[in-house]
Amino acid sequence: MQASLDEIISRYKAGSRESLLPLLQDIQIEFGYLNEEAILRVGQHIKLPSSKVYGIATFYDQFRFVQKGKFHFKVCRGTSCHMHGSLSILREVERVLNLKEGQTSRDGRFSLEAVSCMGACGSAPVMNVNGEFKTAIAIQDIAQIINFYRSTI
Amino acid sequence: MDEKKFLIEKVLAVKADLTQREVIDALALLRHDTVNIPVVYIGSGTCGKVAGANDTFVAVNRYLEEKNIKAEVVQVGCIGLCSYEPLVDIQLPGKARISFKSITHERVETLLDDIFNSEVPTENVLGQFNNKRHNRWNNVPLINELPFFRLQHRVVLANCGVSNPDSISDYIARGGYQTYLKCIRNYTSEKICNIVDQSGLRGRGGGGYLTGEKWMMAHNTVSDQKYLICNAAESDPGAFMDRAVIEGDPHLLLEGIAITAYAIGATKAYIYVMDEYSQAYFMLNQAINQLKDFGFIGYNIFESGVDFKITLVKGPGAFVCGEETALINSIEGKRGMPRPKPPYPAIEGLFGKPTVINNVETLANIPFILRHGPLHFNEIGIPEARGTKVFAISGKAMITGLVEVPMGTSIRDIIFKIAGGVKDGKDFKAVQIGGPSGSCLPASQLDLTVGYESLWSEGAIIGSGGMIVMDEDTCMVDIAKFFMNFLQKESCGKCIPCREGTRRIHEILENITRRPTGESGFEVLERFKGIIQLADLSEVIRDTSLCGLGQTAPNPLLSAMKWFRDEFEEHVFDRKCRAGVCKELRLFYIDVDKCIGCVACLRKCPSNAIVGQPRQPHFIIEEKCIGCGICFDVCKFVAVKLK
Repeated sequence: MQASLDEIISRYKAGSRESLLPLLQDIQIEFGYLNEEAILRVGQHIKLPSSKVYGIATFYDQFRFVQKGKFHFKVCRGTSCHMHGSLSILREVERVLNLKEGQTSRDGRFSLEAVSCMGACGSAPVMNVNGEFKTAIAIQDIAQIINFYRSTI
Repeated sequence: MDEKKFLIEKVLAVKADLTQREVIDALALLRHDTVNIPVVYIGSGTCGKVAGANDTFVAVNRYLEEKNIKAEVVQVGCIGLCSYEPLVDIQLPGKARISFKSITHERVETLLDDIFNSEVPTENVLGQFNNKRHNRWNNVPLINELPFFRLQHRVVLANCGVSNPDSISDYIARGGYQTYLKCIRNYTSEKICNIVDQSGLRGRGGGGYLTGEKWMMAHNTVSDQKYLICNAAESDPGAFMDRAVIEGDPHLLLEGIAITAYAIGATKAYIYVMDEYSQAYFMLNQAINQLKDFGFIGYNIFESGVDFKITLVKGPGAFVCGEETALINSIEGKRGMPRPKPPYPAIEGLFGKPTVINNVETLANIPFILRHGPLHFNEIGIPEARGTKVFAISGKAMITGLVEVPMGTSIRDIIFKIAGGVKDGKDFKAVQIGGPSGSCLPASQLDLTVGYESLWSEGAIIGSGGMIVMDEDTCMVDIAKFFMNFLQKESCGKCIPCREGTRRIHEILENITRRPTGESGFEVLERFKGIIQLADLSEVIRDTSLCGLGQTAPNPLLSAMKWFRDEFEEHVFDRKCRAGVCKELRLFYIDVDKCIGCVACLRKCPSNAIVGQPRQPHFIIEEKCIGCGICFDVCKFVAVKLK
């Protein structure tokens, strides 16, 4: 059962600036992204213009403004992964999924994100699908990995 | 709870007598020095989980259940050997703890079968732990005599991967929190500041400011409220030591925080953890709850009159928030942009109150200093930099993982003696130290020693301690481009030189790694103009940015240009990338002896650069080739080759 926006907002004190980021984080955990309504409501609650709330939210990498796909692909673009060819991996995933990084497919099944480091440098290059790690991946394996997820829906 | 009552009354109380036989035995049992039933330890830090430790955990439990064996399974943190994960240690009663590498779930059964029959399998053995109370296994090397561990000096990582991070009792049994209680019972806050000052500890986050001096400044500022912030916003790609400390030994960090807060007179501490570090966040949260349970958090702790509270903050992910004033802004719910200094945070920081911000590694050193005294700490390292430093080694090194060495160790020793050199027998090309705003050092500079000033003299920084090893297959122009791209994306946008300058540098580097097809004369001129101005541009960024990140932003480029000038010139003049990394500069040709004329490449070529008749050898027209490499990938006869 999803907690409603009101319930999440009421956990925090009105008008306190320092609870802005935790509040946005809680909303994102619950709904997966920040929509327009959430930004407006948070603005009213914290007593900040919603433009400012939006400005702060876009500053940080964590906040998303589109819904995640059912399968969320994260490709690591850290230094170690880069040296092991993660750029080609990212391009290949983009090609197979027919998505650009940061996008969600129209049917809501897939989304793709490039992250700066997942801290798994020992097993580079790594990719993460819904929390499950794929380590030391080769370009040839990608189509197979993605087809596996395609067939599970 | 019995365990808790015992620890509080017999170990932590003022009149506790730790020399009693029963106490010694109970503590040995708590820290698994002696065991009554077999114990299986599984390395379950993030690196272990990535390698499949969760499956191993399930497999071990299933095995124990099926065979009806009574044993304890403990999930420990990372011992530092990330490339050998998942690590599994087994300790039978009376026998030394023995460690195995790369135990994926399918290997669990054979391993446990052998071990429970008191046989040591020949494969995957790493070593055994040295313990006087135990019988050693035959023909198994001691773990601290392995080349990887022999040269290390572990202060911060001492218990990572060894002790049980889920249990506060384990930590207390290893002497934990006794130092904290000694401090709040016997020492004035001023005395602690002095001890840390004498120890010569310097900030491990990169700045290298004397920790004791920083504390003293905050301590001497009069205010109704002071704050301590633990900076665990580790967002450099290739740095993961803070995460390992938090996951492997969270109570060490918390004890360090508690002591520091008392020393500067702060009653409130914040820990700022990266949002991506979900496991680290979970571990800290759990550890803080245990502290509350034991009464280390709250009012009048252990009747000493000291109040203390910890708040966990999830950093919403921005590289710049590693800068202390940006971090303060982020906690206050603003954009993470740096503020001008002075006033220093120690005078006017979070919510305008005196605030000390220390890195995880700095704080994790504190319990050691106060337990063993400043002189003992002084013996480690070199005069300019006391103590040890943890490095996260990644890239093309044979062993990737965490290494803790005394300051003053040479970089060559770390890479070749501890990490085993370069993977796959390739040649060493460079090592990148200090994260994205650090610099690349070539083979000729490997004898530099680890420290603050010693690295600064060569334009390098110690940074947070990422060490990325690069082999001959790495293109230095590409690496410089990669870092500039990262810094340009992560620039907060406050200062124009950093915001626009990094973008320009990235564009110029893009230009020189792109094949100049159909380039007009003017564009060629622009390209060369950019290259000529690179050095000037870097200087402007360095001189006119506000925060440390902006000032060091051109470092990766400057160091690459300094040490690998020939490679840059090759890219600019010969339009060639010797490592074959810059894709658009690659030139292919078809080996006429091997080509059978299957037309696979001819059909796939997006720029119609391949000509030929079926069953006749094909040719590539260089002027039309865009270097995409599709022909190289589709050729089944290895006839397409790189020039």
